[in-house]
Amino acid sequence: MKRLFSFKGGVHPPYFKELTSGQPLRRASLPKKVVIPLSQHTGRPAKPIVEVGDEVKTGQLIGESDGFISLPIHSSLSGKVLDIKPWPHPLGHTVLSVIVESDGRDEWISDLTAHEDYFRLSPEEIREIVNSAGIAGLGGAAFPTHVKLTPPESCEIDTVILNGCECEPYLTCDHKLMLEYSQEILEGLRIIMQTVDADRGIIGVEANKTDVISLLEKELRREPGIKLAVLKVKYPQGAEKHLIDAVLKRKVPPGKLPLDVGVMVDNVGTALAIRQAVKRGIPLIERVVTVTGSGIKQPQNLWVRLGTLFADVVSQCGGLLGNPEKIIAGGPMMGIAQYTLDIPLIKGTSGILILSEAETFPEGDCIRCGKCIDVCPVNLMPTVIAQHVQHTDWASVRRYSPFDCMECGACAYVCPVKIPLVQYIKWGKEEVKERE
Amino acid sequence: MNRDGALLYRGKMEEVISQRLIVSVSPHIRAREDVRTIMSDVIFALSPALGASIIFFGWRALLIVSVSIFFSVASEFFWQKLWRKKITVGDLSPVVTGMLLAFVLPPSSPLWMVAIGAFVAITLGKQIFGGLGYNPFNPALVARAVLLASWPVYMTTWTKPFDGVTTASPLGIVKMELDQRLPSYLEMFLGNRAGCLGEISVLALLLGAIYLLYRKQITWHIPVSYIGTVGLVCLLFNRDPLFNIMAGGLILGAFFMATDLVTSPLTRRGKLVFGVGCGLLTVLIRFTGGFPEGVCYSILIMNMLTPIIDKITEPKVFGS
Ligand code: SF4
Ligand code: SF4
Repeated sequence: MKRLFSFKGGVHPPYFKELTSGQPLRRASLPKKVVIPLSQHTGRPAKPIVEVGDEVKTGQLIGESDGFISLPIHSSLSGKVLDIKPWPHPLGHTVLSVIVESDGRDEWISDLTAHEDYFRLSPEEIREIVNSAGIAGLGGAAFPTHVKLTPPESCEIDTVILNGCECEPYLTCDHKLMLEYSQEILEGLRIIMQTVDADRGIIGVEANKTDVISLLEKELRREPGIKLAVLKVKYPQGAEKHLIDAVLKRKVPPGKLPLDVGVMVDNVGTALAIRQAVKRGIPLIERVVTVTGSGIKQPQNLWVRLGTLFADVVSQCGGLLGNPEKIIAGGPMMGIAQYTLDIPLIKGTSGILILSEAETFPEGDCIRCGKCIDVCPVNLMPTVIAQHVQHTDWASVRRYSPFDCMECGACAYVCPVKIPLVQYIKWGKEEVKERE
Repeated sequence: MNRDGALLYRGKMEEVISQRLIVSVSPHIRAREDVRTIMSDVIFALSPALGASIIFFGWRALLIVSVSIFFSVASEFFWQKLWRKKITVGDLSPVVTGMLLAFVLPPSSPLWMVAIGAFVAITLGKQIFGGLGYNPFNPALVARAVLLASWPVYMTTWTKPFDGVTTASPLGIVKMELDQRLPSYLEMFLGNRAGCLGEISVLALLLGAIYLLYRKQITWHIPVSYIGTVGLVCLLFNRDPLFNIMAGGLILGAFFMATDLVTSPLTRRGKLVFGVGCGLLTVLIRFTGGFPEGVCYSILIMNMLTPIIDKITEPKVFGS
């Protein structure tokens, strides 16, 4: 057997992907209204440029980008602006949002500029298109993609890696995308390579997605510059730095970015969005989301318009099954628990996970088993950080590099006495930051 | 779903949801393993050695182990009740302590001494520091050290397997240069020799150790560095390495005592340092000290150094 790429550490949670991986990818019917937050990305929120009562079309600009690290926001429906007001956001606060009531017609703006011959475009032109399409990383971090596509002069990027690992349990949206849009995704990859002038492309896929692997193997025969890397099934295989380490044996130093080692990593969904924006002129107004969990009647993947409320998505999946105990935006390892279903789906929402029997875990005393340290992909000492946090000894917390923690949750997952290590580390980070 | 249906449904859903939704920080799933599973694995891994002790020393071995377990659990229960703490005897950790204590006692130990030992292990070894996780020393070894100081005769009276006739332990024979036959390698491997209850059968201990390694409850670092160090030093000083590895409590100590989660270092590098330290101290005590055996004190001393080892063996952050 071929040796699979991997990294040191990590855990093997149950995957539960079969709940949705066998279901076809469907398109959700249009919601009656959408709540579009003006911040769905890392960086400055967009500034609204519509007013209550305005008629808008699908794809129309409704929020202007505010600076370089920011993104424009488009309407995901045609209809009327009902209101512009703060609304609960999946990241846990309220954000100024544009509420659009659908006219049921889904009328698109007429001036979409398609670039069939994208290979004639200059990097600047591509970045401009990607920027005005409002594209953010769809893997969850939601960093504005045009910024990523603008490496400083000093950095020479030789490899672009598309991240199709999808190591989060339950989630299958990237899996489905790769199956049904493989050619478009490859095209997206070529556009990225062209933009940053890299001559090597790699698609990283976890070994469990056998259908995707055989499909890509077939298609890549005609693509000399692009390779497939099959990775060991392990969480967090899709973590950017660890994917690079696994595939290229290059280690990104703490506090540095992938481009410092000549690599750029993008999620497969992002590559597809880039392709749609460049080749067809379509702004980012929808995404695929995995709706899954023990608390949902018909788990499946859906194309959903951004701004659709979780409740509307859920009712399209047959509704809730039993009493929900936990509603999570994202996957079970890194997703964020929500207190209501009335929150909108945003660019970074890869999953809506509803657990009908969420366990609560009473916290015990550390038995110093060292497992949290063994599994930490970053080689931190989570138990030691947590202990110093408990003693509010912030100087010591700092010494144990909490800022290198990517909050993957592997440590807390494995802890036999269920210490909420990530929670302690987050708290530690905040306290240390405040003191600096 | 029709329009009204959807609306009704949402109304109902909000009601359901307002009842209770858990909002907590990720991760939202946790591994099944808890303290009880870990301890069950250890108990299972110790059972071949228990079987061997029954074979070689008779049913009294089982009696000693039972008394030790009973008084360990009872002591733990007693203190937790007295200090109004959560009763955690269900995590099976006092059972492991009881078993390990019995394993480092001579087969002829009087039962009252075993009971006192178990009480000491739980009280001085564990509860006085705040319970499991806070104890700096291996509880079973603390008790053994206390018993050895209090009743040295009982603690150093050895009997032959099967017939119970008093004899010297193999390490004792070497230390005192007694004119007695040493057990063969095969006898030591199988366990047909004088010694503490659980330490005699290398075979049985290794079976359990393999299980623990397979279940990832221990890593190879401490046992390999510990036993390796003892073997190397023996080679260097012209002593029989194989004899020194099999004759005393080294196998039991290296796989089951030094690897105690709470009292050994957290990191793998730290575990290596710990093992080497245990090995050096063990040969130092055996070759130059007043006692023929040094496993117990070596581990206790290294337990003391664990916090320091933890400090100096912090792993390097990924990429640095
Ligand atoms: S400390 Fe941070 S990076 Fe390490 S396992 Fe825990 S959450 Fe992941
Ligand atoms: S995994 Fe949990 S019990 Fe083990 S050392 Fe880490 S914090 Fe302590």
